[in-house]
This record gives sequence, C-alpha cells and structure tokens, in this order.
Amino acid sequence: MTPEELADGLRRRFDDVLLARGEVTVTVGRDEVLDALRALRDDADLRFTFLADVSCTDWPGRDPRIWMAYHLRSPERNLRGRLKVGLPEDDLRVASAVEVFPAADWQEREIYDFFGVTFDGHPDLRRILMPEDWVGHPLRKDHPLGGVPTQYKGAFVPPPDERGL
Amino acid sequence: MAAGVPDELDGAQVGRGTKAQRLRDDLLVVNMGPQHPSTHGVLRLLLTLDGETIVDLKPIVGYLHTGIEKNTEYRTWQQGVTFVTRADYLSPFFNELAYCLSVERLLGIEAPPRAQAIRVLVCELNRIASHLVWLATTGLELGAISMMLYGFRERERILDIFELISGLRMNHAYIRIGGLRMDLPDDTDERIRGYLKELPRRFDEYESLLTGNPIWLERNRGIGILDAGAAERLGVTGPMLRAAGVPRDVRKDEPYSGYERYQFEVPTRTEADCFARYEIRVSEMRESVGICEQVLDSLPAGPVMIEDPKLRWPAQLAVGPDGIGNDEGYVRHIMEDSMEALINHFKMVTQGIRVPAGEVYMPVESPRGELGYYVVSDGGIRPYRVRVRDPSFCNLPALPEMTRGGLVADVVACTASVDPVMGGVDR
Repeated sequence: MTPEELADGLRRRFDDVLLARGEVTVTVGRDEVLDALRALRDDADLRFTFLADVSCTDWPGRDPRIWMAYHLRSPERNLRGRLKVGLPEDDLRVASAVEVFPAADWQEREIYDFFGVTFDGHPDLRRILMPEDWVGHPLRKDHPLGGVPTQYKGAFVPPPDERGL
Repeated sequence: MAAGVPDELDGAQVGRGTKAQRLRDDLLVVNMGPQHPSTHGVLRLLLTLDGETIVDLKPIVGYLHTGIEKNTEYRTWQQGVTFVTRADYLSPFFNELAYCLSVERLLGIEAPPRAQAIRVLVCELNRIASHLVWLATTGLELGAISMMLYGFRERERILDIFELISGLRMNHAYIRIGGLRMDLPDDTDERIRGYLKELPRRFDEYESLLTGNPIWLERNRGIGILDAGAAERLGVTGPMLRAAGVPRDVRKDEPYSGYERYQFEVPTRTEADCFARYEIRVSEMRESVGICEQVLDSLPAGPVMIEDPKLRWPAQLAVGPDGIGNDEGYVRHIMEDSMEALINHFKMVTQGIRVPAGEVYMPVESPRGELGYYVVSDGGIRPYRVRVRDPSFCNLPALPEMTRGGLVADVVACTASVDPVMGGVDR
C-alpha cells in the first residue's frame, strides 16, 4: 500500500487526513484519541499494531498549545502513520494510550515530565528524566534557559534565546 | 509473569497474618546502581527481593540527562548534528544519519550516491563497534574477562578507522545535511578491507570461546525470556525482538540511504533468551562485514555533498599543518576572489539554512533497534523540535518483564542483553 492509498483509505474514516512528504497524518479531537488508536490498531487492512513513538510539540501563544504526535507502525502492511491531537493551554490533559499500547508508558511519562501534559489513566505518572523536585517543564518553549554570570567586569551572558542571534 | 515465585507470594493473594504475610515482611528492597559496574552507565535498578528471587524490578533513569533535544532548538540546523551525535555515544553515526535524513526529507533533497554509500559504510562499521562493546562488557559482567579485552581491542581498530575518516574517534559530526563533511582519505579502502578480512576470524574466536562454554551457557540460556508478543506490546525493537523470532529490521522493511542495493540477512532466533540475543548480535556483526565489503566494491565516484550553494555547508576541509581545517585554496577564493562567496560563507556559518515548515519522522536501524527522529520545522533557521525515539529508552521498560521471578544474578545478564546505552536513554 502506498502512502497515497493509505491516505485515501483513512479519509473514509477520518475527517482530517494529511499527506505530506510521503507521511500520512491523521488529526482527531482530544476525546477521540483512544478510539482512533484502537481503530488503527485493529483495522484488518491497516494493522497499526506497533506504537513506535509518542512525542509532542509546544506552540505557546497558539491554540491548541501542545500538539501530541503518536507515530504508528504497521509491520504487516509495511506502513507508517502519525496521529495528532491538539491540547488547549488551560487544560493540558489527554487519555493515556497505555491501555491500548503498553509501549506508551515511559514515553508518556517523559512528556508529562518535559511538557506538563497529564495523561488520564496512566498507571504510574511520575517524572522520569528530571529530578522529582524539579520545578517546571523544561522542554516547553517558555521554560527559562538560565544564562551564565561571569567574573569579567561582572558581565552576565544571557541565555541563547535572548542573545539576539 | 511470575514464573518461579510461589503463588502465596503473589501480592494479590496475600492474606493477613498468614504464613505468606510473614514471608512478605521479609522482602528486601535493594538499590542496584546508579553507580554499579554492571548497569551499563548510570542506570539504577530498584529490586524487591524475596531471598534470591526477584519479586519486582523498577528501572530508574535520568541520571545522564543532558538536554540534547532542547539544545538543538537553540542552534542552527547544521549544528544539530554535533548535538545528536552525543546522544547514544556508542552509535554516533546512526544519530547523525537519522537526523540528517529527517532534515533532508524536510528540505526535499537527497545526498549524492557516493555520500549515501559512505554513510552505509560508516554505519555498518559503527554497528560492529557497538556490538563489540556490548560483547566485551557483557563478557566482563558474566565472568568472561578475556572477552572484554578482545572486544575492546577490536573496537579500538574500528575507532582508528573512524579517526582516519572523520578525524575523531567518537562524536564525529561526519554525516552532514546534504552529504558528508569530507570525502574518504586515499588509503581508507585498503585499511578497511584489511581489517574486514581479519574480522570473521575474530568472530570465530569469540564464538569458540563463548558459544560452547558451560558457564556462558548457564548464565545466558533460558534467562531473561521476552517472547515476541510481550516484546511488541512493550515497544521493543532491534536484536531483542529478532531474538524472539520477529525478522523486523528497518534496513530491510523501509530501506534508506540505499540499503536496498546490498545483500544481507536479518538473523533471527526463536528462543527469546539472553543467549539468542548474543547469537543475533554476533550474526549481525558478520552481516555488517558483508555489507561493508559490498559498499567498498561498489563505491560510486562523485561528490559527497550536494551542489546547491544555498544548502551545502560552505567549507572545503583539508588536513593542514594544524589538523583539519578549511582548504587553503578555498580560503583564498572567499578572501580574495569572490565577494559573493564570502557573503554566502558568512551567512551560512552564522545563520545556516532555512528549512521549510513541516514535520517528519525518520527511522533507521541502530545497533539497538529503531532509532527514530521526529523533526519539526517552523520554517526558521533553527529546528523547532527534535525528538529522539531512542531504542535504549524504549527497550528498557521490558526489563521488569524479563527479570521477574528470576534470580538476582540474572538481572546482570538481562540488563546486559538489553544493551542499554544511558546516553541514549536519558539524552
């Protein structure tokens, strides 16, 4: 199955299907994530049985602010697909995919840790890479980057996003 | 899975005041790591023990988090290579390749054929080097000290070849967006061929040392079983999945960088234990030798970097009296001949390239499994987001499943057989 055929097939079921650079992206509403994941996994023609990756992107100042991206793989049909879900800034939560794909466990913990997204129904939602007492979510675009005080004339080297480069 | 744990020890069935409850009280919680010689870097395992039996195991990671993903967001696209190469430090070329392939897909360009072939060559050499380190450290942990010496000895020779090619033993930043930093030096072919000829004999030596060794068999066979169903469910890829009989390999299923041109097998085993993983990795090293030879036999001539001056890195590197630097002729060209070339050089070095807005996910087969890069661009001069789907990070959650019900000593064999590289896990 070519990406074009995959996109056409998915259009019959999902409203928002995008084919770009040979990659197929399905966008669904926040409440439909688990249903969509289950449908993609169980469909006899698609068989997206492997969850390769869960990640997200932060777009402060936009709505939705966080875009979740689930990267699925169908070994049987040799396909790849991406499922995207937007989360609004004032309510960064989405259903955990662990019950559909146990592989999502650590990856969702990482997103919780780095972006502060809450996964409802996750069995063990704790920080994973940052220390437990860390304040904030470091991969958000507005997380302060610090800067370096120097001894030379008391100069302060500003963080990279404030250097005007 | 709780094979080996008596039923009355199963948490759900413990009643108050029973004999089982008293046994429960004897459970011991032990920290293994983060500083422990056999946990492959700073990995901490929280063991719950009933005597010698593992009741539960929790991997705790994050001690080596260096913010590589975040860092790339504040550098130019080209600088990204020098960051991602440091993620999984045992397979730097794979990180570079996956990152560059992602950016190239966003740009809609392809590296020249010669660059693609050399990418395959360095990656396969890197696979051998990585598996050798795995074999060496696993040998060390399971009591085969001589294997440690042999493995690192052979790996050092590969690092010498990397130094010859890229100037650096590790963290090469050799694969660049649009091609390679520089072409192979003149005597590389000879050097690599000479070494490749020697390798299969070395592998025979390792196998004669380990495969029939009663201690090696005792420590590995039937240990850390992770069947295909559990492996897929938990998101496990690479040698661990192939040891469970699933012939999945990104190089074969979704060829990139011209892998479809080379003949090679994807070794599988069905035992799904630590021993099967050992056999897989040794077989993979033999296959990699074959791929390297095919690359050298069919190495196309031509440039190793795309021609487009708006995208290519504006340097021509050469080895000068003080190491690798810009070629004298090139420096003369931009400083004396062409103002436009100087402007272009300046703009490319300070700003770099612009990448059209969009997102891609690019997987490659690293020594540990599917290494995927999810790269998002907002059309600017820096990556908006670089997400590394590292196979070590995704394989490690299978460790509790593999060890539960086994013995403490087997935790060492199981952890080793996952081959986690903490630089990749924590990024």
